[in-house]
Amino acid sequence: MNTAISVRDVTKSYAEGTTQVSALRGVNLEVNHGEMVMLIGPSGSGKTTLLSIMGCILSASSGSVEIAGEEVAHLPESELPRVRRDHMGFVFQGFNLFPTLTAGENIGLMLDVKGIGGPQARKRSYELLDSVGLADKFDTSPANLSGGQKQRVAIARALAGDPGIILADEPTAALDSHTGRSVMEMLKSLAHDRRRAVVVVTHDPRVVEFGDRAIRIEDGLIALQESKS
Amino acid sequence: MFTLAKRNLFHDKLRLAVTLTGIVFAVVLIVIELGLFVGFTRTTSALIDHSQVDLWVTSSHVPYLELGVPMNERKLYQVEAVSGVAGVEKYIVRYTRWNRLDGGQDQIQVIGFDPNRSWGGPWNIVEGDVRDLKIPDAVMVDDVYKKKLGVTRIGEVFEINGHRARVVGFTHDIRSFTTSPCVFTSFRNALDYVPIERNQTTYLLVKTNPGADIETVRQNIRGRIEGVDVLTSREFSRLTQRYWTFTTGAGIAILLGAILGLLVGFVVVAQTIYATTMDHLKEFGTLKAMGAPNSYVRKVILAQALIAAVMGYALGMILSGLVVHFGQPAGAPIVVNGWMGFAALLITLTMCAGASLISINKVTRLDPATVFKG
Repeated sequence: MNTAISVRDVTKSYAEGTTQVSALRGVNLEVNHGEMVMLIGPSGSGKTTLLSIMGCILSASSGSVEIAGEEVAHLPESELPRVRRDHMGFVFQGFNLFPTLTAGENIGLMLDVKGIGGPQARKRSYELLDSVGLADKFDTSPANLSGGQKQRVAIARALAGDPGIILADEPTAALDSHTGRSVMEMLKSLAHDRRRAVVVVTHDPRVVEFGDRAIRIEDGLIALQESKS
Repeated sequence: MFTLAKRNLFHDKLRLAVTLTGIVFAVVLIVIELGLFVGFTRTTSALIDHSQVDLWVTSSHVPYLELGVPMNERKLYQVEAVSGVAGVEKYIVRYTRWNRLDGGQDQIQVIGFDPNRSWGGPWNIVEGDVRDLKIPDAVMVDDVYKKKLGVTRIGEVFEINGHRARVVGFTHDIRSFTTSPCVFTSFRNALDYVPIERNQTTYLLVKTNPGADIETVRQNIRGRIEGVDVLTSREFSRLTQRYWTFTTGAGIAILLGAILGLLVGFVVVAQTIYATTMDHLKEFGTLKAMGAPNSYVRKVILAQALIAAVMGYALGMILSGLVVHFGQPAGAPIVVNGWMGFAALLITLTMCAGASLISINKVTRLDPATVFKG
């Protein structure tokens, strides 16, 4: 099956004091394997909420969310970590590396969460770091890595366990433009060369061009959808 | 998981030091207080436990060893006539005054027994012989109390309750849990040293015939003699221990010290592990976002607590050993043995695991969506 994520008529509302706020108001979206989708829009438009729902971190108020063909919108909360573990890798704006672990151990930890340990995990961590060009940083602490290197380690970590979906939240926000471009190239390569479904939330207009599709969210609705082809 | 727990713990050395200090403090307090408690309890009944006899005949309702009420020595002959009794001896335990050579006075506990049979007599004799106590005015004291009693060597003469007392030997480590050292002497001498009629005794020590049923002998003695209690050595030992430990509150005070140590340790460990968890909250959120179930993050925090527990326990036991070695008090000894070490380990692990629950609760409730909040 080519569809990695299918979102249909998804709404999300939450209470803010005494008023009810609608963050998403009926969103429909499909993301396929092998494509990179950019979610853009002003702050508060609902793009991070949508990413969180696609990432099974938030539950939709209504509608349907399918991940790799499995309906997840109505799964109990205790089931959601399994879906995330089996199908998703996350890349965060602030890298979210564990400062007390080395680059290799950060990847090893993700493998440990997925139940892979010992020498196999060490070998796989090394291969993943090598795949992002940082094999020589295996024993280096995140504190001694540049911003770009940290984000590459975070991408390697997201790939641990071989997920079909990569969700990235503002992955270039903390990087200079040159490093940001290199990170986006890497994500694009994951989509095109390794058939991952990649969804990137960004504010940065310079990196939108890397996506196969750009989806503009405004006031909780898809306002515009542009494809390259 | 274990690597993350270990690294989180060792990342902030100062906080680790505070955590370990809390655990070490708790371990030392628990071990020393429990050791004191056991030592105190054992010391209260040491004379009974070393008496080598099967039964103690006491006046009615004697609550503990030191409060023996005098009874007529004729009862000895009545007990001797009971079937199954191999032998009976008179025995005195009484407080009185010891006059030092420098003119000072101290309270002592005189133990009067028959040196021929040595039931209820001294043990751990390091100088002299129990038979030397047959000599009139001969006494034996413990070397722990030499300084307190002003004794330096065998042959020195002192005064007990206005009567001459010559030191003929020393025991080692027969401690008193009160401030009054034990002074062993013959029953005959003891009659001079303590205020008691010459035809009286405070206890009768009974040895039964080999193979005789102790319970039957006890019933026979009870049936024949009025106004006395007949207790097995074990019963009298427990009675005395219970009195001093719980009725006086001394044992409770010691146990409270151990509980206080436990509480302080719990609070320090809970506080430091909570602070460590709060420092790493974002990482725990990331872990959960990446698909780690709550059970995984629980294990990370628990592992942190247990690593700290084992380290603190090891350091605490070393320090406790030093305290016991160099700080042994002149009163009740501190008894630290294998089971106590094991109990302290279990208590420490439980304390640290319990202390981590607040942190575990915090992280379990953590919303993984926090990772997308900048």
